[in-house]
Amino acid sequence: MKISFPHMGYSYLALKWLVENMGHECIVPPEPSSRTLDLGVRYAPEFACIPFKILMGTYLEVAEKGAEVILTSGGMGPCRAGLYWVMHQYILDELNTGVKVVAFEPPLCDLKDFLKKLRWVRKTGGLSAKEFVQVLRITWDKIKAIDEVEMLSHEIRPYETNRGETTRRLWQALEMLDTANNQAEIEDAMQEGLKLLREVSQDRSRNPLKIGIIGEIYVVLEPAANHYIQIMLGEMGVQTDRSIYLTSYTRKNTIVNLEGDIFEVAKPYLGEAPIGGHGANSIGETILYAKHGFDGVVQLAPFACIPEIVAKSIIPSISKDYGIPVLTLFIDEQTGKAGVQTRLEAFVDLLEKRREVKAKRGIERLVI
Amino acid sequence: MSRIGIPRTLAYFIYFPFWKTFFEELNQEVIVSSPTTRDILDDGVREAVNDACIPIKLYHGHVADLASQVDYIFCPRLISVRKHGDFGTETFCPKFLGLPDMVRLAMDNIPPIIDVRVDLKQGKDELLNVCSQVGDLLGKSETQIKKAYQRSLLIQKRFKKLLSQNMTPEEAIDILFANGEKKSSLSQPDLQIAVVGYPYAIYDDYINGRILSLLDKENVRVYTQDMLSDKMMNRQARNLPKSMFWYFSNRAVYGALHFMQQKNIDGIIHITAFACGPDSIVDRLLEIEARRHGQMPYLSIAVDEHTGDAGVRTRVEAFLDMLRFRREKS
Repeated sequence: MKISFPHMGYSYLALKWLVENMGHECIVPPEPSSRTLDLGVRYAPEFACIPFKILMGTYLEVAEKGAEVILTSGGMGPCRAGLYWVMHQYILDELNTGVKVVAFEPPLCDLKDFLKKLRWVRKTGGLSAKEFVQVLRITWDKIKAIDEVEMLSHEIRPYETNRGETTRRLWQALEMLDTANNQAEIEDAMQEGLKLLREVSQDRSRNPLKIGIIGEIYVVLEPAANHYIQIMLGEMGVQTDRSIYLTSYTRKNTIVNLEGDIFEVAKPYLGEAPIGGHGANSIGETILYAKHGFDGVVQLAPFACIPEIVAKSIIPSISKDYGIPVLTLFIDEQTGKAGVQTRLEAFVDLLEKRREVKAKRGIERLVI
Repeated sequence: MSRIGIPRTLAYFIYFPFWKTFFEELNQEVIVSSPTTRDILDDGVREAVNDACIPIKLYHGHVADLASQVDYIFCPRLISVRKHGDFGTETFCPKFLGLPDMVRLAMDNIPPIIDVRVDLKQGKDELLNVCSQVGDLLGKSETQIKKAYQRSLLIQKRFKKLLSQNMTPEEAIDILFANGEKKSSLSQPDLQIAVVGYPYAIYDDYINGRILSLLDKENVRVYTQDMLSDKMMNRQARNLPKSMFWYFSNRAVYGALHFMQQKNIDGIIHITAFACGPDSIVDRLLEIEARRHGQMPYLSIAVDEHTGDAGVRTRVEAFLDMLRFRREKS
């Protein structure tokens, strides 16, 4: 079977490996381009959020390449993302593409359905249950390794002396991970990749600004959707910490995992959680970044994203109470890279100024 | 005695009789914001976060209208009213879930908000539990609360019955509380049309360009999803790959699907709100389903802050002309 899946950040490397090693043919989804978006915008409902449109475009592109089945995730609401597959299927049918969307609903909601679909994927690929588990395990290790090198790259980039070197080495590291086929090889490739990154020539005397990146999962994880915001900020000399990685919940050492339940942190501002998507998380994470001495926060959200709009209307109060500037970027099909860059530069200028004033007056918090 | 303000939008059209009775039985005065006007809309647009949808902006406007007249704003946090959906996780739209916080943090100088959490999928007695919390806040005894609760249930039941007799919520509220009379329905309607969508878009005369009275004048009999029983609607869940996650959206979708299967319905009008998140899915789904249901004529009208009567009228008239033309041809 020719199988494809949504493109989300660098995870496609691991998912490609998964599909191929399950005994299927993989149609690798291309990185979202302006053509992807054009296709998506043409066929998606006007007020659908940008992830819906990008996925719509991606599905049509992989359909052209011959994909028969698309594996994706479902959801239990109240965020729209859980209904994406329903609408994508409706629209793909209307266009007579013949593509079938298979969505894995959360196992906690419908375990039977989840297992049935897993079994179907495994059986059609001709794998035994034991082999299947092994393949899944290696895929997970691969995703973890990818996150690991990406995290380090964002840490190192603001110190690099040759602009772009970190990013080039990140590509190299990812290429090495791409060719790794078992746990030992993945471990080797990861260590090699981390070493490559650490060897980037750096100026450690710098004291980069620290910005937390929060928001909706898709636009946070997909650099093509957010105009490579982390790389852009990194090359402006800013260290970024991203609140979401695919493997976030298994990690204990990231800022957003430090204080246990993020919803409890958000409680004084939002009496209900979750409110779908990452709305409540965005509120809690803004507070955590403020508490951990970050200079600012950038909220990334798709235009018309319901939970993030709720978060956006609450964040100004947090900003005022904790004295942390927050820049909200709503991303839609009109967003151009230059527009994002200009706004980020202005934001970074403001944060630098703030730091100077703070240092001069020796005050801890400054409300502007 | 306190004055309790209830904004005339969002869930007002579905639950107002219950809460009005409840508060009045507890000797409180209930004040409803005035029907939507240009000023209310402008206030809402000014107060609310700019990315919000029109209904949420409108809600802010209605709260602003009440602010100076009342001691409390009644803005419950509506989570769910039933256990429904494929995983039993049906809720209201996420904006409803965060509404009390949005209003409190976005607006200055507003009276305290009663933001009791309404999550009725928890169990049968949950509504009484909610009522107790509200009653406690007002310093009422348990017996008083229980009595008011019983009475409110009765009135709400009567309200639902009136709706099932093809009345709009405003008409039914008039009959329940102001001795209004039932408007005589059209004896020989020219066309029969189902108008579906969220109650706060269908029944708010100002925001939708008076579409219901327009249809009435055109000699069209109007049906809405609120005139159907829950049983009739929920039957439609089977015809969908997956139910919506949101209560009002499910009602709109089920209602529309039900009407698409009725022989006597000539067309469907879906009223949707500008920038409504759930409706981006609902609207396209209904459009495709209408085509699959024997090319049922389908008109989607998006209401926004600029909606004037003329724009809506032109589109509705064109739609009606098309329906009449289609009938003559067949």
